[in-house]
Amino acid sequence: MSKYVVNKFLFTIDRDPELVERYRTDPAGTTSWWEAEQANQILNCTAGESSTWLSLSDHERQALSTHDHVALFEMGAHPFLTLTLWIAMFERDHPEPLAMQLGYAARLAHVTLPYPDIST
Amino acid sequence: MAKLVAILATTHHPFYYRTSQLPESEAPPFAGAWVSKVAAYRETLARTRPDVLVMIGSDHFHQLWLDNMPQFLVGKAPFYDANYYNEEREFGLPRLLLKGHEELSAYILREGIDKGFDLAFSNELRVDHSITCPIFTVRPQNDLPVVPIYTNIFAPPLPRPERFVKLGQTIREIIDAWPSDLRVAVIGTGHLSLELGGPRQFGPHGPDPEFDARAVEWIANGDIDGCLAHITLDSLHAPGNATHGFMDFMLVMGIAGYNKADYADHLDLFHTMEAYFTWYPNGADA
Repeated sequence: MSKYVVNKFLFTIDRDPELVERYRTDPAGTTSWWEAEQANQILNCTAGESSTWLSLSDHERQALSTHDHVALFEMGAHPFLTLTLWIAMFERDHPEPLAMQLGYAARLAHVTLPYPDIST
Repeated sequence: MAKLVAILATTHHPFYYRTSQLPESEAPPFAGAWVSKVAAYRETLARTRPDVLVMIGSDHFHQLWLDNMPQFLVGKAPFYDANYYNEEREFGLPRLLLKGHEELSAYILREGIDKGFDLAFSNELRVDHSITCPIFTVRPQNDLPVVPIYTNIFAPPLPRPERFVKLGQTIREIIDAWPSDLRVAVIGTGHLSLELGGPRQFGPHGPDPEFDARAVEWIANGDIDGCLAHITLDSLHAPGNATHGFMDFMLVMGIAGYNKADYADHLDLFHTMEAYFTWYPNGADA
């Protein structure tokens, strides 16, 4: 399980307006590109000094490639990162205030305490 | 010595700014009461005429990231740019520039390290809404230099609640001993019960109103021991998955000591409860 890599995907997509739109419209392609080109970039280092070992598991790649926020929650991705990015991508599709956020919560209604561990 | 003139502990609600800017015809029904309560709270700071603000908050995965995560960090810079693209996007928060107070930053770092806290520091820190929300609410003119102190309430493993209280007590000792004639105010922001990205988010109230009621009593009464007797790192998961932000309130309780708040107010909103507390350690008219 590489929760850190999943979180890194969510973090680096969320903070870039162009990547938010790219991930909204092409989740599978963006996930593949990111894993191949971006996953190993150490954020405070130059490109020539990247890591060499980071990758997504099949389950993680599938969840990110299908916008499956329930699977991301269940695997312990940081819920703040997921929620923030999902609001950026999908709130616009819901004209009623909070409808997106409440629908997001409803799909997690089966979850009981303790929630999945988000430690990385 | 410096004079600690006010200690404020408050929630930081990122939607306040936008709500307060709406014309009456577009504002939600709770906006009027919210703006009134914030205006009254603002006065508790203004009346103490502070010269410098020590501001406690927590980065929400903006500049601080999991590849290099400090537990407690003190900003030491002449200026702090503030707010991020995703805060403009989601909350409508404008970007700000805050002035820093490097002398007090340096003093807190030196004394804090010597008193047992290996504080991280940053010479180039862009602060986020945990710092700017109280600027918008209690000091909208943004005219005072600040010392931002960040805590990790977000990325496990976290320091335990007792550690937050102890850091608050240490910050109090440091400010009280600062050789300066300036008037210092502390503003710390956190959360009561809160759920983000889970099944209990965005309900009609905070996810655990009973916790919120108890928390308000602990803070208002300066009941540090009662609070610590009921709260552990693990127990904070139960009221809501983002409730560890309550530990920033506990840090401020450590600064205020075993004293009842001189001002306490709260407002029940959808999603979360707002709460506002002020202590005047040297009297309201010091």
